[in-house]
Amino acid sequence: MKKYTYTEKKDTRSGFGAGLSELGKSNPNVVALCADLTGSLKMDAFAKDHPERFFQVGIAEANMIGIAAGLTIGGKIPFTGTFANFSTGRVYDQIRQSVAYSGKNVKICASHAGLTLGEDGATHQILEDLGLMKMLPGMVVINPCDYNQTKAATIAIANYDGPVYLRFGRPTVPNFTPADQDFKIGKAVMLNEGTDVTIFATGHLVWKAIEAGEQLAAEGINAEIINIHTIKPLDAEAVLASAKKTRCVVTAEEHQMNGGLGDSIAQLLARELPTPLEMVAVNDSFGESGTPDQLMTKYGLDAVNIVAAVKKVITRKA
Amino acid sequence: MASTAELEKIVSQVRRDIVRMVHAVNSGHPGGSLGCSEYLVSLYFEVMKHNPSKFSMDGLNEDLFFLSNGHISPVFYSVLARSGYFPVSELATFRKLNSRLQGHPTTHEGLPGVRVASGSLGQGLSVGIGAALAKKLNKDNSIVYTLHGDGELQEGQVWEAAMYASAKKVDNIISTVDMNGQQIDGSTDNVLNMGSLRAKFEAFGWDVLDLEKGNDIASVVATLKKAKEHTGKGKPVMILMKTEMGHGVDFMMGSHKWHGVAPNDEQLAAALAQNIGDKDY
Repeated sequence: MKKYTYTEKKDTRSGFGAGLSELGKSNPNVVALCADLTGSLKMDAFAKDHPERFFQVGIAEANMIGIAAGLTIGGKIPFTGTFANFSTGRVYDQIRQSVAYSGKNVKICASHAGLTLGEDGATHQILEDLGLMKMLPGMVVINPCDYNQTKAATIAIANYDGPVYLRFGRPTVPNFTPADQDFKIGKAVMLNEGTDVTIFATGHLVWKAIEAGEQLAAEGINAEIINIHTIKPLDAEAVLASAKKTRCVVTAEEHQMNGGLGDSIAQLLARELPTPLEMVAVNDSFGESGTPDQLMTKYGLDAVNIVAAVKKVITRKA
Repeated sequence: MASTAELEKIVSQVRRDIVRMVHAVNSGHPGGSLGCSEYLVSLYFEVMKHNPSKFSMDGLNEDLFFLSNGHISPVFYSVLARSGYFPVSELATFRKLNSRLQGHPTTHEGLPGVRVASGSLGQGLSVGIGAALAKKLNKDNSIVYTLHGDGELQEGQVWEAAMYASAKKVDNIISTVDMNGQQIDGSTDNVLNMGSLRAKFEAFGWDVLDLEKGNDIASVVATLKKAKEHTGKGKPVMILMKTEMGHGVDFMMGSHKWHGVAPNDEQLAAALAQNIGDKDY
């Protein structure tokens, strides 16, 4: 098992804020909109440095998405910021008609996704956003794993012409990917080459997959670990190549089983290369109040759950 | 500058296009389209600074128009074609398979003149505000126009946008509400009485102009030109335009029944007889 270390834990939302700040300096067409969550989204620096390019819209997310669509007409590259719940479910039709169907170059940036939002509870813990967004034709869906990757992804999507959903979160997690990484939309990242099983993980579950890989290695199981930071377009080539090699697969994500990464991989494998698969995800349930760690444990999204899923799927190998 | 008589002639031709388009596919929305013919002809043939022969999505240094009540696509398509955005003959493809003239306007098929999809109501004001903000950033002093149905104002997003536009002094936008008083289930007063729209928009901080005769071309042009003088003064500008649904076709007038119903052969002939034109596609 390849050794991964980190010097500090950082929140992915701060990676977004840092990336946006850098874009503010390097790309005069980048503009940002926020629905009364500037601090939570870490958009303060951009707002302070570029007040003329920052639009505080108040608690009116539908209007924010529409204004963002309009700003593209005239060559601006709008980044909208609010919690994932209010970035997707609340404004689905606005995104569908004014952004996706209209082919607008809007970057929908969503923080506090999933259970790790914590104590605010299920009203705010969206676990359906990846599914909602990936169903929209032409929408790119990205869920980076740590601070550095979120920063790199934020910068990368400004150079891509088209609608993007960028998902990140609230808690601090190990910051282990390189600061100078070249983020390629739609390109999976090989974290550990293995032979016995493949773990495809996204977002906060990537580090947990690494922890699971270490535990499995100690037990003699050699897991391949792949970071799928782009849910759509899915890196089908990487998924199929790995599944062909290891012949069993576990997916891990902070999302519902329905509509998430596991669902996308299962669909691909069922069509191209039927392979035993287990999903580590939330099973058709809302979340609840609690600390992020308590919630990840209660809803089965820890390294121990990945380990259990691996052991189960290996017994199903042909 | 076009004369009133010349504009009236175009309006008449546009009305012929509208009824022929919806008749040909036995679907579409003639009522609201007919009622807004004077407004759209005034904008595209007299008031707006625009470049039909060289359509660009960004529309830099051009006035822009956004149709928020996308169901009145027949009048929009007719006016776009008649002003030179695409061949008039293409109106014959309205609502047919593989057409750029979808039931509701969209950018998806690349139809020149359309800058955003609309049809799901209540979204166009926000988009127009965004485009107006982009113009300010680009130091482009052109104007953004938007059109909305009165029934459409029942959508909450319109009021989010209305609040934003005045709070943030988006004063390079002229919005118009087509106050035909009708929506699918009946009169707007019966479906959901909205009270005084003037009082509401004034309370939201807009500069409100009344246009009592929205089917009188001279009045429409005069009001739009007056509205232009109201831009750049720190407030968004709203025109409350009274029209008659189905105007120009006597049996379609004054009723919600022709909101989304196409005329039959006989009714088409009667409608055409009431609107003279010699440039049919």
